[in-house]
Amino acid sequence: MLNFLGRRLVQLIPTLFFVSVLIFSLQQLLPGDPALVMAGEERDPHVIAQIRAQYHLDQPVPIQYVYWIKGVLSGDFGESLRNKVPVLSLIAQKLPVTIQLASMAIVIAFLIGIPAGIVSAVKKGTAWDYGANLFALWGISTPNFWLGIMLIFLFSIELGWLPASGYVPPSENWRASLASTIMPAFVLGNAIAAILMRHTRSAMLQVLESDYVRTARAKGLSERSVILKHAMRNALTPIITLGALELGTLLSGAVLTEQIFSIPGFGKLIVDAVFNRDYAVVQGVVLTTATIYITLNLIADIAYVLVNPRLRT
Amino acid sequence: MADAALNALPITVSDELESPARRALRRLLKRKGAVAGIVVIAAFMLLALFAPLVVPYDPIATSWSLVRKAPSAQHWFGTDDLGRDIFSRVIYGARASLMAGAISVGIALCIGVPFGLLSGYRGGFIDGLISRITDAMLACPFLILAIALAAFLGPSLGNAMIAIGISATPIFVRLTRGQVMSIKVEDYIEAAHAMGNPRWRIALFHILPNIMPALLVQATLSIAAAIIAEAALSFLGLGQQPPAPSWGSMLNSAQRFLTNAPWMALWPGFAIFLVVLSFNLVGDGLRDALDPRGR
Repeated sequence: MLNFLGRRLVQLIPTLFFVSVLIFSLQQLLPGDPALVMAGEERDPHVIAQIRAQYHLDQPVPIQYVYWIKGVLSGDFGESLRNKVPVLSLIAQKLPVTIQLASMAIVIAFLIGIPAGIVSAVKKGTAWDYGANLFALWGISTPNFWLGIMLIFLFSIELGWLPASGYVPPSENWRASLASTIMPAFVLGNAIAAILMRHTRSAMLQVLESDYVRTARAKGLSERSVILKHAMRNALTPIITLGALELGTLLSGAVLTEQIFSIPGFGKLIVDAVFNRDYAVVQGVVLTTATIYITLNLIADIAYVLVNPRLRT
Repeated sequence: MADAALNALPITVSDELESPARRALRRLLKRKGAVAGIVVIAAFMLLALFAPLVVPYDPIATSWSLVRKAPSAQHWFGTDDLGRDIFSRVIYGARASLMAGAISVGIALCIGVPFGLLSGYRGGFIDGLISRITDAMLACPFLILAIALAAFLGPSLGNAMIAIGISATPIFVRLTRGQVMSIKVEDYIEAAHAMGNPRWRIALFHILPNIMPALLVQATLSIAAAIIAEAALSFLGLGQQPPAPSWGSMLNSAQRFLTNAPWMALWPGFAIFLVVLSFNLVGDGLRDALDPRGR
């Protein structure tokens, strides 16, 4: 286990290095003089010279990278050009909102995806299986921003049950908070539910054909007990870790979902930053997302080894 | 008696005589979902190709007397906030979506496959380097990377396609590498090597054709993802620029008029859904049809 952990951690170092190089190189894509682009409307040569000095743009690119990564490693992601706030504090302020949304989405995804997957595997070839597969196809193929708009139309405009946009933090009023996040959380969870359903189905189908399930049936156990106690537990182990890996889908989805429901989270932060040409914020958001993703991947790997004794060498 | 039974069996082309590609096609055409997907994609391609002949109105002609009219016999899908015919705009929008799907996946294939071949076939330091870079790119969620790239490149449909193509590349590198690793230990590669073929020849003519099925399935599914990504970028204003129609940007303007013109949001979204669903159906069908273990 320690060996495995050590190897995984060592592998992380070059990955993180390339992530930082990738994100740093984004600013090399800016057409023309980056100082001019970053200055935006500002045409004062004094300001442009200041930007050039601040970002070490007068130095060769590798030196610029060294300055940048030094800052990042000490928690300095630069400053938002628009509201002159450190990028890190902006991210810290927006991240909890997205975490709330993402957690609700994951719960919804598991509540829909896993039962649907189990039912479709157990009742393979029936109308139930067909229906669950149609649901999965629908979930994977529906653009979440369109689903969001249609839900707003139905539940906010036609029925008037839920607020169309805005966000209330749970500390203020948990009921209003739930009302403001349930639609976006469903939109986000829906696509992941579809993916979970497909994986659960194939894992269950594999387990149901295994010898120990046949043994359990031969012992005369009820079908209910065979499925819930014997098959499900083994089939679901890899599915739980899959939840962590779907975080990328979740964060990607959050960008548009937050935009549609005007939720001031992480996704809206990157979109606003893109519109305001606030490049330091864009880089900060991508870097944070990548770090969260890599960390969760590592945790998922460790969890998988922990729950699977055969891999513990 | 036995002879009669044998003679009663219809004589068909046996599986052994059929080429793998033909067998895959036959299996694919047996799947209703995949066939429906092919039909829908073909229909959208024809509509996109012959858009000027099909559309009843100019997709960018505005009219102040026709602002936000509900669907009618004259305007099947209604009109938008500038009085433009939504049906015509949805048809023209297929051009941006299908082009973005095909070109960005083309970019991802052209970069991803050679690097994957190199990485999987050469191994060693090059493999380590390419794999770590791939890991780094995969650590950034697909759409977030595409948005960041498009933001730095500048908003245009061309840049959106480049951004989506680059973001989709690591999947193809990883897939190609894994396939090459499993194929390069096969006996026929060993034989090709023993016959004195140079490495590039083995990679291009012995390995590449054998990984085509896996690449084809992934490419089809990636087109679906790329079409959603293009719509997302256009929705955010980073893709197709107005007044040129695109399903994503149509949804963006529709959101502001949801209360009094909900039809503006319905059709472009449904078009994205139909096309993406079709590519997913064809991708799933291809995966089953190309699986050599399948019946």
